[in-house]
Amino acid sequence: MNRTHLARKLYGRAMEAVCLLASLIAVVPLFAFLWHLVAKGASSLSLSLFTQLPMPPGELGGGLLNSILGSLLVVGCATAAGIPVGIGAAIFMTEFASPSVTSALRFACDVLSGIPSIVMGLLAYQVVVVPMHHFSAASGSVALAFIMLPVVVITTQEMLYLVPHSLREAGHALGIPTWRIASSITLRAAAPGVLTGMILSVSRIAGETAPMLFTAFGNPYLSLDPKSPIATLPHMIFNYAISPYDDWHRLAWGGALILVIGILGATLLSRFILWWHQRSLNS
Amino acid sequence: MLECKDLQIEFDRKSVLKGVSLVFPERKISAIIGPSGCGKSTLLRAFNRMHDLTRGAKVTGSVSLNGQEIYGPGQDAVLIRRRIGMVFQKPNPFPTLSIFDNAISGLRLSGVRNQAHLKEAAEQALTDAALWDEVKDRLKSNPTTLSGGQQQRLCIARALAVNPEVLLMDEPCSALDPIATAKIEELMFRLRERLTVIIVTHNMQQAARASDRTAFLWMGELVEAGETEMIFTSPKKSMTEDYITGRFG
Repeated sequence: MNRTHLARKLYGRAMEAVCLLASLIAVVPLFAFLWHLVAKGASSLSLSLFTQLPMPPGELGGGLLNSILGSLLVVGCATAAGIPVGIGAAIFMTEFASPSVTSALRFACDVLSGIPSIVMGLLAYQVVVVPMHHFSAASGSVALAFIMLPVVVITTQEMLYLVPHSLREAGHALGIPTWRIASSITLRAAAPGVLTGMILSVSRIAGETAPMLFTAFGNPYLSLDPKSPIATLPHMIFNYAISPYDDWHRLAWGGALILVIGILGATLLSRFILWWHQRSLNS
Repeated sequence: MLECKDLQIEFDRKSVLKGVSLVFPERKISAIIGPSGCGKSTLLRAFNRMHDLTRGAKVTGSVSLNGQEIYGPGQDAVLIRRRIGMVFQKPNPFPTLSIFDNAISGLRLSGVRNQAHLKEAAEQALTDAALWDEVKDRLKSNPTTLSGGQQQRLCIARALAVNPEVLLMDEPCSALDPIATAKIEELMFRLRERLTVIIVTHNMQQAARASDRTAFLWMGELVEAGETEMIFTSPKKSMTEDYITGRFG
């Protein structure tokens, strides 16, 4: 009796230790990666990184102004297109469509979100780059918009589902038109969650590199013209990292650190919004 | 006067209401009583076409408000619901809108823009719902800061602001304590002066003390309807007597 009790306790302890080890294995790479990135990138962080353009090969110094602005432009345009369409589609699916139409659309979104980003880049290449006969910032935005679209649709839809049905009923009982219930009551009640989904979808596309290779293409000079090739941060990191120059490696580390700080900041911001909303609901 | 004739309701081909005919006279409080699952709420929700929102629901028969067929061709459910308001079992104020904005939500979200008019309507509706004195200093607060009874009166104010002819109340006090319940009942008596009130309740004392007329439903069929006093003192059907004396249900 006592022996089996002891054995069971030991067995329980052992299993707990195994699970703890598994979770350590899961989080250690994150911190190792962050530490490595800060160690390598922090030294190259300087004001000139944000204010100067890249130097020609062989010359020291320079910055990443063109790719930082390029990323902001390409991601910004993709967001401006992807978010309204994604939220509109999610509202249609939860508030208007029949269950069969909703599940068909949802299935399409699940498939779309599973398509590798490089294939989305190919799509944008076919649809935008080929007819225009040259690479462009606009084609990069198109690729990113299609990558973020299913993420926005799925997160918005999930958040709208969480809004109690009783609120919609209350709206209908007051004689409020359905579209007005959707926009002013349901979407508003789901706003913090929807906003979080938006931020996460932006940070998802901000780091996309593969589709940039044959859409935005990269540009060593400063350009903010949507019709011209443009530099983006992840693409620039790729180019500089595979270059033979130490100084470019240094810039690549700096760029990687900026990108990760941006994405990490966005994720923390979304967490903060949710936390703040929860707190204001409880008080 | 609200009237239904041979009203039948099915959900996914399962019959829930099996031909109910009833008259709800103007400026009276009518109670619908019956055991759980007898179809009281289903009947009530047919009057403002809430079943339109439920997939698989089928309503046949007739419902008319002052002679106008509610399910008739060309009738807009949205406009019907502005004339026949509803209060639900659980208080459901809009949590993202302030107390003030809740009170006028039906007007503003239906396109009323005039600020002076909205302000006036909010005060009027909150006064009518006997809530004004309790909330006038915190109109901008979130409705979740109110007590359950206050939230329910806010929902009544919200329904009254649209100026309906009929107010449907689906067990409005079942989530409230006796004091809050008494306030709602007192309010119903004042509302009776200007509109028709139909209340679903599973609380027989409430039906007895707060209604003019009572209808008893059982298994989707009307057993008996009439003056409340008559139903509770000398019912014609033995089943009604058994139910109100607590022998079943």
